[in-house]
Amino acid sequence: MKKILANSYIGSLLIMLYAPILIIIIFSFTEAKVLGNWTGFSLKLYTNLFQSGVHHSLSSALWNTLIIGLISAFVSMLLGTVAAIGIYNLKPRARKIVQFANNIPILNPDIITAISLFLLFVSLGISQGYTTVILAHISFCTPYVVLSVYPRLRMMNENLYEAALDLGATPFYALRKVLLPELRPGMISGFILAFTLSIDDFVVTLFTIGNEGLETLSTYIYADARKGGLTPELRPLSAIIFITVLALLLVINHRAAKREQENQKH
Amino acid sequence: MKKSFLLFAGKRKNWSIPYIIFLGFFVVIPLLLIVFYAFSSRTGGFTLANFQKFWNQPEAMHTFIFSIGVAIITTVICLVLGYPAAYILSRMEAKTAKIMVLLFILPMWVNFLIRTLATVALFDFLRIPLGQGSLYFGMVYNFLPFMVYPIYNSLQKTDKSLIEAAQDLGATPRQVFLKTILPLSVPGIASGIMMVFMPVISTFAIAELLTINNIKLFGTTLQENIYNGMWNYGAALSLIMLILIGLTSLLNAEGNAKAAEEGGLL
Repeated sequence: MKKILANSYIGSLLIMLYAPILIIIIFSFTEAKVLGNWTGFSLKLYTNLFQSGVHHSLSSALWNTLIIGLISAFVSMLLGTVAAIGIYNLKPRARKIVQFANNIPILNPDIITAISLFLLFVSLGISQGYTTVILAHISFCTPYVVLSVYPRLRMMNENLYEAALDLGATPFYALRKVLLPELRPGMISGFILAFTLSIDDFVVTLFTIGNEGLETLSTYIYADARKGGLTPELRPLSAIIFITVLALLLVINHRAAKREQENQKH
Repeated sequence: MKKSFLLFAGKRKNWSIPYIIFLGFFVVIPLLLIVFYAFSSRTGGFTLANFQKFWNQPEAMHTFIFSIGVAIITTVICLVLGYPAAYILSRMEAKTAKIMVLLFILPMWVNFLIRTLATVALFDFLRIPLGQGSLYFGMVYNFLPFMVYPIYNSLQKTDKSLIEAAQDLGATPRQVFLKTILPLSVPGIASGIMMVFMPVISTFAIAELLTINNIKLFGTTLQENIYNGMWNYGAALSLIMLILIGLTSLLNAEGNAKAAEEGGLL
């Protein structure tokens, strides 16, 4: 009895969380302009999405989002990994200070990060566009990479690297063959995390994107929603994004489970 | 040249230097810029006028207090709904619980604008008018996972033998909960409150979309001032928000550090 009650409570919360997303997915399969009208099953919105030219501004916003996400995630991964190795080898006091600074972007609300970066760019007189958005994204993504690589360093056997050097490996070779394989899982989850944070970001992007007409998905949706109606093609797009995120999360989860199993074996 | 570079790179603590420079330039200096702009006039001289303006302008002040109210109410609803959910999840079998928790976090990875618009669609679909009710629903909908996850984490990590000990010593189920389980989950509750309260208070765009621009929160006030070129006043308002957030996180320093250490949500 208790169990049924508990399960139905969880069930109803999940229904509340998923109802809006389900509605969007269901109504992505019909052509109606207004959400909530069902005018028969159709894949037209999906084909519109992939036909170049039908919704040029939407597809360019999507490309911008992906490109910005990939570049920021990649740079964050490199910067964050090098930083994590450096921070790990710092003296405790210096390490504490850097770790504190590393936590600032994570704890700061989006809008404060956004305004502070906006002020930085305007006071330097840098014109805003692609570069500023990417720099801004790197600045709030890298801390997460540091946090996901750092534990791998702590878990690692320090003597391995020294042993490689003693056996005649050059520092670079030892780095490539000993250190990197140990850090790789942390780097990959850092990359995925940075990528999802970047494509999901709205506020920081809005403040650093300038007014040259550059749009990412979230600024596009925002402008669209303020105009009143939502472009119907956003429905299939949201559905696709949702499914992609679902798949990505399952991959991360699977990796984590595998890693746990491996750790238990050791 | 090459040799000196190798010497430099050979010391692995030096690897933190690029990131330290990066943090200084993109995190510390921008935050100092907020302080600098807040205390200067348009022409650049020192002034307190920006803060006086906030004090004397009922509108900004009113929005600020209203936003705090919305954040408190949202946090309380999330706590009341989320604690039982986290508790039930922590009692499930490990495998089921893992999937359930994933289901709870998953919606968070969909762009929050899309999620919010989906809520609006849901209300439209059910023919419920938009207003205060939809505002709170949308807020809770967006931030509930942030409450469930940390509480679940701390409940799941509690030492089961403590609970058994309480039972063996003759505590009633009610006493076990109030005297053992609840106190042990306080860190989780604290970081849950942080993770809901802070984003809600600084949220921007959600309220407008959920109430067709009828209700404005403080985040929007910040954005409007910056957009209308009132950088100094906007910076002063940001500083006020930063102070509020600083105070909240001081009250909650431990839960905070923990949340950061766990890499936020992954």
